[in-house]
Amino acid sequence: MPEIRNYTLNFGPQHPAAHGVLRLVLEMDGETVERSDPHIGLLHRGTEKLAEYKPYNHSIPYMDRLDYVSMMCNEHAYVRAIEKLLGVEAPIRAQYIRTMFDEITRILNHLMWLGAHGLDIGAMTVFLYAFREREDLMDCYEAVSGARMHAAYYRVGGVYRDLPDQMPRFENNGFRDKADIDRLNRNREGSLLDFIEDFTQRFPAMVDEYETLLTDNRIWKQRTVGIGVVSPERALQLGFTGPMIRGSGFAWDLRRKQPYAAYDQLDFDIPVGQNGDCYDRYLVRVEEMRQSNRIIKQCIKWLRENDGPVMVDDHKVAPPSRQEMKEGMEHLIHHFKLFTEGYCTPVGEVYSAVEAPKGEFGIYIVSDGSNKPYRLKIRAPGFAHLAAMDEMAKGHMLADVVAIIGTMDVVFGEIDR
Amino acid sequence: MLKTMRDYIKSLFLLELFKGMKLTGYYLFTKEFTVQYPEERAPMSPRFRGLHAQRRYENGEERCIACKLCEAVCPAQAITIEAEPREDGSRRTTRYDIDLFKCIFCGYCQESCPVDAIVETRVYEYTRDPSNRVIDKEELLKIGDKYEAQISADIAAQAKHR
Repeated sequence: MPEIRNYTLNFGPQHPAAHGVLRLVLEMDGETVERSDPHIGLLHRGTEKLAEYKPYNHSIPYMDRLDYVSMMCNEHAYVRAIEKLLGVEAPIRAQYIRTMFDEITRILNHLMWLGAHGLDIGAMTVFLYAFREREDLMDCYEAVSGARMHAAYYRVGGVYRDLPDQMPRFENNGFRDKADIDRLNRNREGSLLDFIEDFTQRFPAMVDEYETLLTDNRIWKQRTVGIGVVSPERALQLGFTGPMIRGSGFAWDLRRKQPYAAYDQLDFDIPVGQNGDCYDRYLVRVEEMRQSNRIIKQCIKWLRENDGPVMVDDHKVAPPSRQEMKEGMEHLIHHFKLFTEGYCTPVGEVYSAVEAPKGEFGIYIVSDGSNKPYRLKIRAPGFAHLAAMDEMAKGHMLADVVAIIGTMDVVFGEIDR
Repeated sequence: MLKTMRDYIKSLFLLELFKGMKLTGYYLFTKEFTVQYPEERAPMSPRFRGLHAQRRYENGEERCIACKLCEAVCPAQAITIEAEPREDGSRRTTRYDIDLFKCIFCGYCQESCPVDAIVETRVYEYTRDPSNRVIDKEELLKIGDKYEAQISADIAAQAKHR
């Protein structure tokens, strides 16, 4: 009598649907997944350890590289943790700028997720459409920080610079006629805020387009409805956060539950799913994009009406302005002290979390009173989600594993850190 | 009952698929969103952080005074500086190397520089031989000389916010 054994299948790390470097060892019974075992660590760069050897400010650019599709939210968590430790509060204008860019980041992340998720389960067009909008948001990133992705824009005590008064424009070239260039430049005539406002006017119609392509589409529904169901109780036990727990029916959102930055001043809704399957999580994320758009609009309105500093005036924490530094001896000393030594934090420990697009992104810092963290721990939402892989994929077909990886929105920068 | 009937008919005639195809069909006949890259460029912010350059004053004197602040602030420790007094007694670098393989383009060096000597330019199209990954002082100054007009315009555009 021959023995019948399960077949073990290696999925990734080079599989295009593995979202980076996920390696799954799948135990298959025919085409049904019996057990799935995620192997992580292929993108481990030791960010936590690196941070222990650097003054606090030096680690901000490394935070961008954790979850590399929601850059500024990571920075926000880190910067907020240090601010909490120091007892510094960023000026209100900086808080609104941070809120606005957190939401821009959320849209960026959800667009990337939507495109990649669609591509994974057979909808190529959405990917291209999503990238069209991402391009505009990347331009916003570049306009404020000078980098399209790894911004390093948030600083302890505020943000690096105020919003620019001008958007960069397309230049004349021999390739297009003037009318065409003017058409491209139409929304770039004014300031960055005008550009973002124009985007917020256009964006809801864009989301409608994605929904036209996906929401009712029978193939999309067949691939997502009833796949990877997580009950609300299990979602809590598994430590889900963000759209993953909201998809299961819990209205848990740190922006509401523990308001930070300017979120307590803003009006927005928290979408919640019913069934906890991939389709519900898709709907939750799409609605979140609409809500983010709403928040951005409110932030623009506030930022137009209120001017003010974007950085605290305490030169022990924030550098003096360029002009001051060049004119005053004391400012120059502050400048040098800050860029060489940084600042020392009081002894203690602090945990600060923000609602990143993927869930609760937290930073835990233990300080021994020096200018470097004694220990930095990063709480990545994707890690808890990926840990539920086995449970979510059990009994599903091999092709559904792809849909489940997609719905978890895993990014290995943050999981492997 | 009516709803079930309607849903059935909708699904029978592939209504939602045709709706999607109508949308993609519409975009087939609109103007394209892409730009033809080498011939035309996407707009670029004056804050852009690309390849590094070292600047000179108008009289041709190099700006860098070897204060080593950029070396200290570099999170990736990509900058190496050696300095000694020059014959005329002024303090200058004898070596200023940036390891482009280590650099993470965070912009901290230009932020820290008290004399605006090290800057990150708009240059983003460059290649380097892996055996030649360090960009030295001569090369940095050469890049600075080449793009000085653009660099000073960008700094002037940002003066208010720096």
